[in-house]
Amino acid sequence: MNEPRVGFIAAAACLMARDLRLALRRAGDSLLPVGFFIVVTTLYPLALDPNLSSLRDIAPAALWVGALLSSLLALDLLFRDDAQDGALEQLALCGQSFAGLLVAKTAVHWLLTGLPLVLVGPLIAIALGAPYAAMAGILAALLLGTVALSLIGAVGAGLTLSLRRNGPLLALLVLPLAVPVLIFGARATALAVQGEPIAAPLYLLAAIAVLFATLSPWALAAAVRIGLE
Amino acid sequence: MAWVWFHRFGSPPYFYRVARRLTPWLGWPALILGVAGLIGGLGLAPPDYQQGDGFRIIYVHAPAAWLSLMIYVVMATSAAVGLIWRMNVAHAVAASCAPIGASFTALALATGMLYGRPMWGTYWQWDPRITSELLLLFLYLGYMALRAAFDDVARADRASAVLAIVGVVDVPIIHYSVIWWNSLHQAPTVMKFGRPSMPASMLVPLLLMLAGFSLYFGALLLTRARGEVLRRERNAHWISAALEES
Repeated sequence: MNEPRVGFIAAAACLMARDLRLALRRAGDSLLPVGFFIVVTTLYPLALDPNLSSLRDIAPAALWVGALLSSLLALDLLFRDDAQDGALEQLALCGQSFAGLLVAKTAVHWLLTGLPLVLVGPLIAIALGAPYAAMAGILAALLLGTVALSLIGAVGAGLTLSLRRNGPLLALLVLPLAVPVLIFGARATALAVQGEPIAAPLYLLAAIAVLFATLSPWALAAAVRIGLE
Repeated sequence: MAWVWFHRFGSPPYFYRVARRLTPWLGWPALILGVAGLIGGLGLAPPDYQQGDGFRIIYVHAPAAWLSLMIYVVMATSAAVGLIWRMNVAHAVAASCAPIGASFTALALATGMLYGRPMWGTYWQWDPRITSELLLLFLYLGYMALRAAFDDVARADRASAVLAIVGVVDVPIIHYSVIWWNSLHQAPTVMKFGRPSMPASMLVPLLLMLAGFSLYFGALLLTRARGEVLRRERNAHWISAALEES
């Protein structure tokens, strides 16, 4: 393995700039998950009764199930192209911390697919009958929740990297692991909608995000290395 | 060297022989303890003053539920051993754990449902323990599905090992998040299990069943792991000698 000529920060920044540039050139791909999120949450009023007061009760569930499924759908974008054209192998060989570089990639992935959810989520919640006062709380919960979902989802994407038609398998792997995020996220959102303090579930959500941030770099590097062989 | 015994288990022929010799020493006590526990639990223990004879299902339910969690830990531990020391036998043990663990989880769920029908009037309730048991079943199924998706055994081993380790960290979080989720939503359902005030005539058969189930799991695991080792080493020379011995 060669001695790297640039520091890790410079390498990670370079990688993130590249990923962003690539994604912006094909902006449609990155916007698909948030489009999916909007469509799915729109289905609830159509399937239920469009009365705002009854929608308000299911708004947290609709929001978080939508966010979970949308982040699952977005995982396909994370490593697939780079694995196919060999860029991931170069990253593994370049002498920088592979785990660090993968976390950088995941951070860009979150910027492209997680952040739009965070921004659109509160608006959807209001469309589903949540009061305006709940916006800040829902925003905070989605911010922490999507970070955790991106991190745990990235491990699943790494594990299924070399498998064809991995969609249903990825769902089976990731969704049970993401249940705590769903529970506390929906709980925080429900409390915010009711106008109650949401600090407790928000702290738990933050704890889960921190735990995944500590655990997943190692698991991510191990998983992607297996997928690259 | 203190660790020689540990590394010796990394050798498939050695593991195979030890496992074969050990299996009856686990299997027969498991049978004896199981029969004793069943006689004690179904025959000798007095009916519960509230639940009548319905409570007797805990003699199957509680050991199965306990094992469903313990097997996941065993699976993750041996997967980690296989990943760290690149020990093929440990991977074989982890792979053998998953179907057994999934079966015990399914058994715990099924007996829990049968218990719930007369006690709560419904087969299914979103009780925290039932829900986290269901999620555990999903984790087992995900692990098995991931293994099955790889053609190459060595890659399946390592990928599923990473999943098992991530899962074992997440299992307590899932468990407690489900408990808190439910306790925030509705009044907690009163479960009779783990009640410390259980009389000895009820408790002793339960402990017997617990020990019997654990030994049974050990015997089953060794048998499965032997089959798994045989399958992986089918081209090795020691196989014919080992099979002639038996």
